[in-house]
Amino acid sequence: MRAFAELLDRLSLTGSRNAKLTLVRDYLAQTPDPDRGWALAALTGDLSFNAAKPAFIRKAVEERMDPTLFRWSYDYVGDLAETVALVWPSRPGANREPELSEVIDALRGASRTEVQRLIEAWLDSLETTGRWALLKLMTGGLRVGVSSRLAKQAAADLGGVQVAEVEEVWHALHPPYEDLFAWLEGRSDRPSANSPGRFRPVMLAQALDEAVDFGKLDPADYAAEWKWDGIRVQAVNEGGLRRLYTRNGDDISRTFPDVLEALEFDGAIDGELLVMRDGALASFADLQQRLNRKSVDAKLLMNFPAAIRAYDLLSEAGEDTRVLSFAERRVRLEAFVGRLKTSRIDLSPMQPFATWAELAALRGEPPPGDAQIAEGLMLKRWDSIYEAGRPKGPWFKWKRDPFLIDAVLMYAQRGHGKRSSFYSDYTFGVWTEGEDGARALTPVGKAYFGFTDEELKQIDKFVRDNTVDRYGPVRAVRADIHHGLVFEVAFEGLQRSTRHKSGVAMRFPRISRIRWDKPAGEADELRSLERMLEQMEGR
Amino acid sequence: MIRPESLLCPKPQGLYCAPGDFFIDPVSPVTRAVITHGHADHARAGHGTVIATPETLAIMAERYGQDFAGSTQPLAYGQSVVRDGVEVSLVPAGHVLGSAQAVVRWKGLTMVVSGDYKRRRDPTCPAFEPVPCDVFISEATFGLPVFRHPDDGHEIARLLRSVAQFPERSHIVGAYALGKAQRVIRLLREAGWDQPIYVHGALERLNRLYEAHGIDLGPLEPATSATKQDFAGAIVIAPPSALADRWSRRFPDPVAAFASGWMQVRARARQRGVELPLVISDHADWDELIATVDEIRPGELWITHGREEALARWAELHGIKARALALVGYDDEAED
Ligand SMILES: [Zn+2]
Ligand SMILES: [Zn+2]
Repeated sequence: MRAFAELLDRLSLTGSRNAKLTLVRDYLAQTPDPDRGWALAALTGDLSFNAAKPAFIRKAVEERMDPTLFRWSYDYVGDLAETVALVWPSRPGANREPELSEVIDALRGASRTEVQRLIEAWLDSLETTGRWALLKLMTGGLRVGVSSRLAKQAAADLGGVQVAEVEEVWHALHPPYEDLFAWLEGRSDRPSANSPGRFRPVMLAQALDEAVDFGKLDPADYAAEWKWDGIRVQAVNEGGLRRLYTRNGDDISRTFPDVLEALEFDGAIDGELLVMRDGALASFADLQQRLNRKSVDAKLLMNFPAAIRAYDLLSEAGEDTRVLSFAERRVRLEAFVGRLKTSRIDLSPMQPFATWAELAALRGEPPPGDAQIAEGLMLKRWDSIYEAGRPKGPWFKWKRDPFLIDAVLMYAQRGHGKRSSFYSDYTFGVWTEGEDGARALTPVGKAYFGFTDEELKQIDKFVRDNTVDRYGPVRAVRADIHHGLVFEVAFEGLQRSTRHKSGVAMRFPRISRIRWDKPAGEADELRSLERMLEQMEGR
Repeated sequence: MIRPESLLCPKPQGLYCAPGDFFIDPVSPVTRAVITHGHADHARAGHGTVIATPETLAIMAERYGQDFAGSTQPLAYGQSVVRDGVEVSLVPAGHVLGSAQAVVRWKGLTMVVSGDYKRRRDPTCPAFEPVPCDVFISEATFGLPVFRHPDDGHEIARLLRSVAQFPERSHIVGAYALGKAQRVIRLLREAGWDQPIYVHGALERLNRLYEAHGIDLGPLEPATSATKQDFAGAIVIAPPSALADRWSRRFPDPVAAFASGWMQVRARARQRGVELPLVISDHADWDELIATVDEIRPGELWITHGREEALARWAELHGIKARALALVGYDDEAED
């Protein structure tokens, strides 16, 4: 437990991605099975508990110390797990410290009342950092700025393999991953990825830089299609096992029973999850009604029917089609979707074009219909295989006007009137290179919230759960490469500004949508804004 | 029995002894001052006469120049001076080199002013000695149950482990110039780190002063003496303010460490951009504060500065009359 606790402790204060990778990789290298596997599962989010409610922990500590002194301590520290870890008055004669795997075994096997008995004994035997890690683990609040992907990258580094190789087999593995480590350490073959219903790491597009890229690219090499404004999903049915994954591999099957029911095929498709009514797309705001829901009811399913617009075929009847070219996959996909007898899966149509100018005209004035609310265009090389990650060259995204950027929420302020209890005014930032060379956020604008009350509540909760500092009515919200809330911000124009540290000011910025699905590290760079500004100034 | 307030009472300048006509650690210039230790918020320049340990006087002379006071009266540990029937003696406080508690006796009444103190071993100064007294006047910088400092050897081991884990980076340890810096260096030496330790220019004079007092700091190099790449794997000691300063850019991808009791709370570390907090404090933590009060069992506990209300509450719950003096001007945020 001690090594795991010290790892979490270091990670929670380490900003640089490389340093985090070193910390996790070294831990995995130095810690025996099964502890390291459980730790990896905890970091990737494949293991979480809510074995102890905050109220129980609070009661346990207040039985041991003066509640007033505890309250003052809590007020000072501001985090329950951390406060309890620090103040915990251990009784003498404690047992030896538990190993991480002992804790996990107990948490998985014991009833809630049994666990609560164990907790006090564990807290007695651990030192401060160990208590903190234990409480974070048990209350499901393990937020140490490590994404699932980063943890997998560290495991890949341990074995000197590509992270896509780890991701490929990931869904066939189970904690504590002894087979994975045996492979990474060269003691056995790579575990089989042939787990039915597994997630396949997705292929991502680069943003198109018109000024640079069009000079180099031949339009004949590329296919174009609309970039749909939903969320990227992977829909799988293999041997009757149906799964719906986000692009990060999170399983969202339970949230979309309507879509899951429609997966009457044998294979895996890549597509956009959207709300569709009679074959016509609804806005992203409608889809948001379906996202982040713990439970879905019939009314929700009826009012916001979800569907998939398919744009790639990853596997068919046991055959891995990712090794085929996009042109071949597209033919297969058209046939595949053509055979389906559901209205919930349709095909993302190709947009034929001969010249970049022709394509630019299409993008500038999308035809009536679904294309009106597309985010822009996607360009895919006809001869490209389906390659996990973000390879340079085969796929481009070309977003439409007006100006849209993805920015990260940095500060939130309470609103006025009926919104005075909500954090409804937001300052957001984009990435830039900080003084130390690391990526840092710089604020670029401020906007009010313009959506439904439900969404406002969700953001308000995010703000409260992720507050790192307070200045009167303003809260600083956690925002780093691995954790933060991304807003898509639309705006009408840009001006240079000496008042803003970033050097740019937006005209009429508005939050066009909340990107719960988008990792903060993938929000836009200040450079993109500067480039827009230069374009606007006619350079 | 005499009321303790007639011997020592809080004034805006600090604790004042009327029968002996002197202040203890006054925050502005006075005619006569007893100084517990050399930290800037306790030891200020410009007093008429200063009574302090020879070490504290040396520290003040180093910091403020030889003429920091009209006159000085060195008082070694265990010695005493009597004036107008008030006896003052200085007893080790275990805080930094030369730090002392001021023991004030008058007409059978004993009052002890702790100054800043800690109870754990410090290789750079003698240990705190508890003195039985009627009134114990304690600091409470870390007077909340959340402050429970781990063993300093554990913290130094974490630093050395990080140095081994990131050999391409340098580790900059923010440490207060008086006491903390020298203690961290000594602890590193005890842990077997015998390579040169690079020090920020602001620490040099006090390092030399400690060495002149017999504390061996091992090989020290100015932090300007090497090129960027030579600092890979190096340990650098600097005042805390230098961590976020442009000064730190000369080091390769530095790990910002900070040796302070405040580092116990994660949000504090985060606020200062500290990547490796080292909980090494020259003040008593909560357990030490209450153990000290329990050991001395004074008739009354007065609390000078820090988080008075929590320690006062603990004392009241344990049957000891407590009083918070809420003295202002002592900024232990800056020093520890
Ligand atoms: Zn001090
Ligand atoms: Zn002080």
